[in-house]
Amino acid sequence: MLNCREATRLISQSMDAKLPWHRRWALKGHLLYCIWCRRYDAQVQILRKAARELPPENLETQPQKLSREEKDQLRARLQAGLKNPPPSE
Amino acid sequence: MDELEHLKPAGLHAQSPASDLPPGPGLDPERWVEEYGDILFGFAAARVRNRAVAQDLVQETFLAAIKSSKSFAGRSTEQSWLFGILRNKLVDYYRLQKREVAFTDLDSSLSEEQGAFGESGLGRDGWVLKHTPKPWRTPDGTLVSKEFQAVFKGCLSRLPDKVALVFLLREIDGVSSEEICKDLGVSPNNLWVMLHRARMGLRRCLAMHWFENNEKPGETP
Repeated sequence: MLNCREATRLISQSMDAKLPWHRRWALKGHLLYCIWCRRYDAQVQILRKAARELPPENLETQPQKLSREEKDQLRARLQAGLKNPPPSE
Repeated sequence: MDELEHLKPAGLHAQSPASDLPPGPGLDPERWVEEYGDILFGFAAARVRNRAVAQDLVQETFLAAIKSSKSFAGRSTEQSWLFGILRNKLVDYYRLQKREVAFTDLDSSLSEEQGAFGESGLGRDGWVLKHTPKPWRTPDGTLVSKEFQAVFKGCLSRLPDKVALVFLLREIDGVSSEEICKDLGVSPNNLWVMLHRARMGLRRCLAMHWFENNEKPGETP
């Protein structure tokens, strides 16, 4: 019989790979009587849905920006890069 | 044809003697830095958690774009093309870091599980009463609301670097498990342990700061 620590691990595993039938079966059995793990299961699914709604280019709590100096530096390096002819194919 | 290039009048291309570069609005590092610098930097910074490295990656992205500007056939937008180059640079970076990815011992109790399981009514390693999951309500629009997403981002930032990255790649960037294992040099076992740690940590954080919190920002008391 599974305990809750094992069940939560299996729940996570099942989100990314198919569990072997005996584990899948054991997990189903555990979820029949354990409302907390049932909630855990529902909640990590919500996490997955929530993650998919996040904008991939804006994940920081404080949006990370380049400073003026860093941008100047970057521009200078790119100008230097432009001056070097790219290798002819 | 190439040997005649250097005989072209210097006027128009005085600043770029490499005259086989296509002229025109496409190749303008001034504009690129202003238009895309921050967004590329933000994308990289969230995935390497190191400002200096993120800057280098952005620089390498622009330099690579300059070198391969001929291959930009205008099929996609300029921005998505640059993002494509950046993503490749990120994968190259992860591969370089491979040896430093910490191995996680499966048998030991994970720090994210700490306190959550113990002796309880359900026997050994059942949920401890204080930490049992409570029901979550998700009224329409919750998951896309700015307030919720701010809390989610905060919880994500609290995860250890590698754990956060793995969750980010898998759940936000939609990279397959196989590819993550390959790029980061982790075994499938390591991967699911890290994903499990991420989910345990995020669930607890969101329970505390949103779903079981009665004083959410934006809610009238």
